Amino acid sequence: MSALTDDTLPVTPRALRDEMIVFAAMAVLLSLVPFSGIYPFFVMQALCFALLACAFNLLIGYGGLLSFGHAMFLGTAGYVSAHALKVWGLSPELGILAGTVAAAALGVVTGLIAIRRQGIYFSMITLALSQLLYFIYLQTPFTHGEDGIQGIPQGHLFGIFDLSKPTVLYYVILVGFLGGFLLIYRTINSPFGEVLKSIRENEPRAVSLGYKTDQYKLVAYILSGTIAGFAGSLKVFVAQNASLTDVHWSMSGEIVLMTLVGGLGTVFGPVVGAFVIIAMQQYLAGFGQWVTVIQGVIFVTCVLTFRRGLVGEIAHFFRRSL
Amino acid sequence: MQALYAQLLVGLINGSFYALLSLGLAVIFGMLNIINFAHGAVYMMGAFVAYFLLNLTGVGYWWALLIAPIVVGIFGMILERTMLQWLAGLDHLYGLLLTFGMALIIQGVFQNYFGSSGLPYSIPDYPQIGGYHGLQGGMNLGFMFLPIYRGWVVIFSLVVCLATWYTIERTRLGSYLRAATENPTLVRAFGINVPRMITLTFGLGVGLAALAGVLSAPINQVRPLMGADLIIVVFAVVVIGGMGSIMGSIITGFALGVIEGMTKYFYPEASNTVVFVLMVLVLLVKPTGLTGRAA
Repeated sequence: MSALTDDTLPVTPRALRDEMIVFAAMAVLLSLVPFSGIYPFFVMQALCFALLACAFNLLIGYGGLLSFGHAMFLGTAGYVSAHALKVWGLSPELGILAGTVAAAALGVVTGLIAIRRQGIYFSMITLALSQLLYFIYLQTPFTHGEDGIQGIPQGHLFGIFDLSKPTVLYYVILVGFLGGFLLIYRTINSPFGEVLKSIRENEPRAVSLGYKTDQYKLVAYILSGTIAGFAGSLKVFVAQNASLTDVHWSMSGEIVLMTLVGGLGTVFGPVVGAFVIIAMQQYLAGFGQWVTVIQGVIFVTCVLTFRRGLVGEIAHFFRRSL
Repeated sequence: MQALYAQLLVGLINGSFYALLSLGLAVIFGMLNIINFAHGAVYMMGAFVAYFLLNLTGVGYWWALLIAPIVVGIFGMILERTMLQWLAGLDHLYGLLLTFGMALIIQGVFQNYFGSSGLPYSIPDYPQIGGYHGLQGGMNLGFMFLPIYRGWVVIFSLVVCLATWYTIERTRLGSYLRAATENPTLVRAFGINVPRMITLTFGLGVGLAALAGVLSAPINQVRPLMGADLIIVVFAVVVIGGMGSIMGSIITGFALGVIEGMTKYFYPEASNTVVFVLMVLVLLVKPTGLTGRAA
């Protein structure tokens, strides 16, 4: 398998230091948002998608597995959290837990199926599985079909934080995002992450070294799905609804697009990509279907001329790992 | 029983489209190592070309059956020449991403001008032989009433599929194609223009999809998103059948269409999902697909 990413740079203490500096800068900048006058709803939405794209990137960028069905984790966790909050009346922390656990369970089931094929087949299988779930959610009563679950109560997190206040909600989402991001970052730089990268580069060799590659890929897939589900649960508090658009294949495509624009296999790329794409949708909302066309053009341009993505190009220019 | 036969026929028709589309996907994958995500979009374009021909120039169904695949095939060859060929040597996944982008562009442009509702395209009423008006109307077979157009779609698709199989598996041109799939460098050394063959193969696969689009226009109406959901089902069909064999694609396509039709009769709630469920079962039992070889 030819390299998907520009990964020739070794992981050195300097690279780790660079990444920690950028991470700190990102955390500080994001925590200043409520004082800046930027519309917090937009940033919260972008943060949820950024975490989602980071989870997706864990799989493609470090495991070489292109999932074209990651919307199923977003949608499933969203529906379960929304149902738990609204119908069961659970507290926010338990609602998030319920959604995340549901996504993890979905990851186990679909992972055991999808991991049986490699490369391009893996993408087609994940796409088909998410379409299967789409039709199931279209028909089961608890999702309310085309209407979705609306008017979800936000409640008090741990009984203390009032999530109906935008600023409080913002910091909760930010902490959730940073936590998820650090978990992914830690995974990438762990021995597990190193094995994952070796599987991406040369699977037969990893097998010959005694690694049970299927187990590694399955764990990566489940972890990715779980974090994606966590992002989906957080998004419920921002959007206050859960609907079929979150499970649709076009959503899976958007997740791919965000990561591609930011840079496949870069640490910060998916975050940048998510902000770019969400901002674009915000500004071009009045152009109707032309947004789809523009997304298509970005896809084509990125694949043909810009495969490293925004962050990948910057990292390559400075010969740094970001 | 009437309803059962009717659903069986619907299943055979959907199966024809699955077969034509998965056949094209398999041929393209063999030569280009690309899964063409835009296959649903070119299927839709085929139907739209037929619609334009009729409404703008008055050219009817029979000519559309010939012209639409050629026009869309040429469009496909231009895409291959200008974009897809630059992906040679890169990871397969980039081909999927690029063609996904193309599908978004094509479908988005058509949605802008035609919305999401269906445009009518009528069944041809010529040639008029005896009491029949072209492919309109139907005939009573004793056990069921067969709309002529539907019977025509099944038989014509089968003929096209078998002709494609014959061309690839039994002719000299097909042997070049199969050889180039196995080892393009060696075939090139024999003086065969492999890049041109790749372009023509892509045109052929895309043309088959456009042909399916024309065939479906009178049945399903002409809609910008008519191929968007279909292509995902076809992906599942391809996973089930494996892409190793042309005949395998044809048989799997028709068989799954029939199974889907039967499901509509016996358990309609599952008719949308049955192909995906079958895909899961096949993956659990035989991960390489029914006709596939180990990757």
